Amino acid sequence: MNVTIGQYYPADSFVHQLDPRVKLLGVTLFIAALFTVNSFAGYAFIAVCMGLAIYATKVPPIFMLRGLRALIFILIFTSALNIFFTAGNTVLVSFWVITITLEGILNAIRMVSRLTMLIVGSSVLTLTTTPIKLTDAIEYVLGPFKRIGVPAHEIAMMMSIALRFIPTLLEEIDRIMKAQMARGADFDTGGLIKKAKSLVPLLVPLFISAFRRADELAVAMEARCYRGDINRTKMKVMRLERRDFKALWVMLVFSAAIVLLKIYI
Amino acid sequence: MKIIEADKVCFSYRIAGADGAEETLAPAVRELSLDIGEGEFVAVLGRNGSGKSTFAKLINALLTPSAGQLNVSGYSTAGEEHIWNIRQTAGMVFQNPDNQIVATIVEEDVAFGPENLGVPTAEIRARVDEALATVGMGDYALHSPHFLSGGQKQRVCIAGVLAMKPRIIILDEPTAMLDPIGRREVLAAVSRLNRQEGMTVLLITHYMEEAVMADRVVVMDKGAAVLQGTPGEVFLHGPLLRELGLNLPQITEIGARLAECGLPVKPGILTINEMADELCSILNSK
Repeated sequence: MNVTIGQYYPADSFVHQLDPRVKLLGVTLFIAALFTVNSFAGYAFIAVCMGLAIYATKVPPIFMLRGLRALIFILIFTSALNIFFTAGNTVLVSFWVITITLEGILNAIRMVSRLTMLIVGSSVLTLTTTPIKLTDAIEYVLGPFKRIGVPAHEIAMMMSIALRFIPTLLEEIDRIMKAQMARGADFDTGGLIKKAKSLVPLLVPLFISAFRRADELAVAMEARCYRGDINRTKMKVMRLERRDFKALWVMLVFSAAIVLLKIYI
Repeated sequence: MKIIEADKVCFSYRIAGADGAEETLAPAVRELSLDIGEGEFVAVLGRNGSGKSTFAKLINALLTPSAGQLNVSGYSTAGEEHIWNIRQTAGMVFQNPDNQIVATIVEEDVAFGPENLGVPTAEIRARVDEALATVGMGDYALHSPHFLSGGQKQRVCIAGVLAMKPRIIILDEPTAMLDPIGRREVLAAVSRLNRQEGMTVLLITHYMEEAVMADRVVVMDKGAAVLQGTPGEVFLHGPLLRELGLNLPQITEIGARLAECGLPVKPGILTINEMADELCSILNSK
């Protein structure tokens, strides 16, 4: 069974090789920029920057757009809300209780481009970074919050174990389904409620086995001297390379441009 | 030198009674005394519920004895203070390889143990490469464990233990979930470890063919060691073993049956080659 975890798209590009922390910072800046800017010139500028970044990843752009499919409903819903319910002075169409204003349409365009770029932009991170590297970066970023009780190491460990067990559990689902089907279970026909009910004999054994696995894994980890974050070292230490500093410079210029746009337009 | 000294070790599991009934004690290990010396290869045999897995967990200090004394390289497993030393000294490999691999990349998983021990970064790298090479999995360092076969996964688990530089490696039915090819791979790796690297091995199994490879076989029943000696000595006791729910290795069994039929085959033959020699010498003498 070929399971791609997350949506990592392997390619040999500048963006792929960047330190995951730098990419995480980049995406954070990008999102902040999206919510800072509200002029169309600003959106156009961000869109161009995003386009350049996508070009640099060497990932086919169609992969970036895939994330949008799940959000089509939300996009349509927000634009409808904005079109119909924004109060404004420039009335374009007005009949019965519906009034469509120019401000409404502009607002809708703003919201949709903001959301679209948010999804597409963050997929640049997830498409070019393996889940493990992403986990390491998140552990690093949460590090300073350990003092106030944020279990950074534990969160990262849980994420990586979850990633490790996704394919194992998928395989298990497949096995249980076949076993139940061999005994006459029917997962495909019937209405929504009947289908949901037919999942019970699938989920119960799955949960039981997941708990058993968790128990065995915990014992195995203890046997290998795991005791949380105490006195732990790492085989792979993240280090900033020259290309990471280059990327940081680009981000600095980008942020400065956003601030200028905000002030002057 | 002794690595493991067990002196009248006892352990009972607590079983919570159903519907508020009082909890009961289920004795799993009773007054077990057993010493294992440096460099030895010991196989522990016994049917399900004979206490052999419990004994393994006692050695690793995952359980602590309720009575008796158990020392691992001089440290008592009873107290908390040496627990990490003991677990580092006595590395343990479990039955299901899927449920003991922590990381999504082979080399990261092997690094898990040394990382926990706080080994310096550069040394972890060296240990991981060495451990993977020892079990013959060096080419798979960057693979995802999910795509490996059972035997390969189990060898990765062994490498994960080796990277902690233990003095003894305990394998709790490591081949029970593997196909014959995987079983052969794992056993070859284990026996190479013992013969070439001088690693002390405690192999818990219910395959007689695996026990034959050991220097010493210990047969457990109802939590106690009932029989021990070299494989040749232990497998002389066919009727007793059958009574304990165990079989003879196939070749030994054939030898015993031939002897019953009147052929003067000597008892306690363990390998096919030995049997071939024996049969040839009988044929020649006729």
